[in-house]
Amino acid sequence: MTTADFDTILPLAVLTSWACVLLLIDLLIPRGRKGITALLAALGLLVTLGLTLSQWGTQQSGFNGMVVRDGFSGFVNALLAVSGLLGIALAYGYIKRMRLERGEYYTLLLFSLAGMMLMAQATDLIVVFLALELLSIPLYVLAAFARPDVRSEEAGLKYFLLGAFSASFLVFGIALVFGATGTTSLNGVLSASAISDAPVLLTMGAALILVGLGFKVAAVPFHMWTPDVYQGAPSSVTAFMASGAKIAGFAALLRVFASAFPALGDGMTDVLWALAAMTMVLGNITAIAQTDIKRLLAYSSIAHAGYILMAFVPFANPKVQAVSIAAGLFYLVSYAITNFGAWAVVITLEKAEGKGLAIADYAGVARRYPALAAAMTVFMLSLIGLPPTLGLIGKLYLFRAVIAGGFYGLAIIGVLTSLISAYYYLRVVVVMYMREGAPTRTREFWLDLTAAATATVTVLVSLVPAPLFALASDAVLQLF
Amino acid sequence: MDFLLQPLTLVTFFPLLGVLVLLFLDSDNKNALRWTALVTSLITFVISLWVLTMFNAKDPALQLVSRYDWITVAGWNIQYHLGVDGLSILLLLLTTFLTPISILSTWTAVEERVKDFMLFFLLLEVGMSGVFLAQDLFLFYIFWEFTLVPMYFLIGIWGGPRRIYAAIKFFLYTMAGSILMLLAILWLGIYAGTFSVPELIANGNIPANVQLWLFLAFAAAFAIKVPMWPLHSWLPDAHVEAPTAGSVILAGVLLKMGTYGFLRFNIPMFPQAALQAAPWIALLATIGIIYGAAVSYAQPDVKKLVAFSSVSHLGFVMLGLFALNAEGVSGAILQMVNHGLSTGALFLLVGMIYEQTHTREIAVYGGLWKLTPVFGAIMLIISLSSMGLPGLNGFVGEFTILLGAFGSVAIGNAWFAIISALGVIMAAIYILFMFQRMFLGPQGPVVAQMKEHGHSIRDLNWREIATVAPILLFVFWIGLYPKPFFDLMAPAVDNLLSILQTAALAVP
Repeated sequence: MTTADFDTILPLAVLTSWACVLLLIDLLIPRGRKGITALLAALGLLVTLGLTLSQWGTQQSGFNGMVVRDGFSGFVNALLAVSGLLGIALAYGYIKRMRLERGEYYTLLLFSLAGMMLMAQATDLIVVFLALELLSIPLYVLAAFARPDVRSEEAGLKYFLLGAFSASFLVFGIALVFGATGTTSLNGVLSASAISDAPVLLTMGAALILVGLGFKVAAVPFHMWTPDVYQGAPSSVTAFMASGAKIAGFAALLRVFASAFPALGDGMTDVLWALAAMTMVLGNITAIAQTDIKRLLAYSSIAHAGYILMAFVPFANPKVQAVSIAAGLFYLVSYAITNFGAWAVVITLEKAEGKGLAIADYAGVARRYPALAAAMTVFMLSLIGLPPTLGLIGKLYLFRAVIAGGFYGLAIIGVLTSLISAYYYLRVVVVMYMREGAPTRTREFWLDLTAAATATVTVLVSLVPAPLFALASDAVLQLF
Repeated sequence: MDFLLQPLTLVTFFPLLGVLVLLFLDSDNKNALRWTALVTSLITFVISLWVLTMFNAKDPALQLVSRYDWITVAGWNIQYHLGVDGLSILLLLLTTFLTPISILSTWTAVEERVKDFMLFFLLLEVGMSGVFLAQDLFLFYIFWEFTLVPMYFLIGIWGGPRRIYAAIKFFLYTMAGSILMLLAILWLGIYAGTFSVPELIANGNIPANVQLWLFLAFAAAFAIKVPMWPLHSWLPDAHVEAPTAGSVILAGVLLKMGTYGFLRFNIPMFPQAALQAAPWIALLATIGIIYGAAVSYAQPDVKKLVAFSSVSHLGFVMLGLFALNAEGVSGAILQMVNHGLSTGALFLLVGMIYEQTHTREIAVYGGLWKLTPVFGAIMLIISLSSMGLPGLNGFVGEFTILLGAFGSVAIGNAWFAIISALGVIMAAIYILFMFQRMFLGPQGPVVAQMKEHGHSIRDLNWREIATVAPILLFVFWIGLYPKPFFDLMAPAVDNLLSILQTAALAVP
């Protein structure tokens, strides 16, 4: 390992080492004061974020082309580090309140983040697999963190079984790709597939990789685990999972498809089209029937995977490829921010033993906690895609890419499902503002800060989106 | 500072200052909240009058333009671009005029959550002014969708018994149309590389077959908003359930956003498609006129009657717009204002009596005029204005529209105008029938019922008279001397027609 190799993964290496050290430090921190671990974990993440930003825009390949550091990975990793910080902010008071406070919560979160970051940097399918396992295993444990609560245990087990199942698809896909091209490096696959015209093995391999990662991002029909796991896992874990795992999964998909499989455009475009359409339709329609806010957000998360999948559909069209991937990245940012905000509200209203999670429990929130209700309204509007929120801008960016690619049908499905989604997101608003009730919340500094900050960003960045647009479109420049 | 002090920016965003002040006020101090909102909206009205004084009525172009680059990265070319011309100046004034009136009408009607009410009302004003001033499609879309949110809350929180149903129906219907428009906007942005409306109109090189699709996508959004038959079914629910002030703004301004959309975007941006679609739109408009009038006649609920009369009146506006000649279009623009005034006033008056009796059923009223002479007289004037009596504002608009439609080449068939003229007669029937049942004849049971509870029906108080008096002024002014209003829009209308002319010649 040379210093150049090390330099490629510097933030990641720091994060992983810090997570290991923290595991030891945590032993010395007395029970009941695990907040210190949270602060130390956040400190590590801040350093990681700082290092990521200090390497912004530079490009370097390391470990014989197994990993790379470029604009794309910088963008995704910065977003992941921020997600991690928000994830810690949400967990800080919540796990104490729910009597789940154990120091390993934060170390597991850091390890999972390390996997996610590696995912964004991987330029070899083997590393993709490695990163997937590194991100998943801590998440399995986190999902079951509320043991001996049966639902949490069930969530962890379910997530683990289906995750293992999906990983096997990924491995099999990688094997087939290797069989077809004789290499697992993304560049190698690209040049090998440029010579011969897309052998069946390669197509099958790519399809299986899509299945494997499709599980992680909760795309239909690989979404079955999502509602149960999201509902069963502790809310702070779900919030982190919904954003982090999605960002990482999509980062890997975006990179793999854009840089290794453009030759498969003909066949895969239709598949991706159908996958995106199904995910949007099913996610949104099933969400209508939900009465539990966690399940609602789970289906919402599925639906949003569908929107992001739209960014893949034109992946083989060199003219719109860059803009659609940038749109996908932008959408990930808008989804992550909105999602964390919405979960902060959910967590602040959640009570012990899973109470306070029915949408009906939100009755009267607007009267008693007007600021909280206003923030939640902003998040709901953003998830629908209405002004003045980031969600609208993200959707516009995505739809523009889809239209530029000529996929009018998909764009129409996209907007129509947004309309459907308006119905169930608005129901939350209806209950908060138009029904009477006596809700109670847990007031906690970090939760309030997260909700306020994400709501502010959601509105402000939607008014001045140009810098974020520029960042997202610069990030994909080095991909091709 | 330079940016904020531009007249159009100022008139659009000034209500936000009121929102800011409201946020810091105590929610129990209801009068302070009401005064803040009223004063804010009055200042906004004064600013819009200032805009009017700077407006040069002889110039057909966009004026007082405020234009800055907004998002010009990543292949986007979006500008913050506000401008006003003869097509929009009256609608801007209508917005800023009706808002303080509506706020004044809530003085005793809204007692619950006054702070939230005023917040949403001022936010709504920002959205509405923005819609009429935005000259960039992207910016327009943001304002357009934004108006949905405050209106949704106004209906949903302060509305009648079925308010939640009505609010969601309103929201989903309107959004259903606008998302199709969104796709068309994005397509145009990619195709032309700009979202600027004047540039899109000037370049005017959209292929004819695409024009029709884009026309339909935009029309979907606007036709629902107008609402044109058969897309009107959200309107009665929203109107009936909305609080009085909400109904006034809904009828007075929000519906105009639909007709304005046709005028500003559909006709000049897709002129060939507009020429093609004119007979079909005239057909739907005529059906709407007759249908709206017939259904109004059958309503037992006075608010519903007024709501359905809007379907009929807006049919006239659409007929005039798609006559695509000078009489039709200018009549339609004037009729937009007229409808805003008359129907707005009708909703105000209905709200005033409802506040006392808590019923809107026509059958329980009767003989009101004797008890409330001032109320009866004002109601009569407004009713006559709404049905189009010569000398009052409604007549001028409807007459000009029918004149335009009768001789319209684009519609190509005088029968639409003739059948629509029947609508004017039908309007007289349903309005006068309503007036007769409520205000004339023997006293209705509601009076006795109120007596049992120790109340009596009182006439309008000074605040209520002050609320409707400004509208009465314009009812007479436009009815007797409409020239200044036509003068304001004439050059812009001529400009619009010349665009159509060029397009008509380009058709092989």
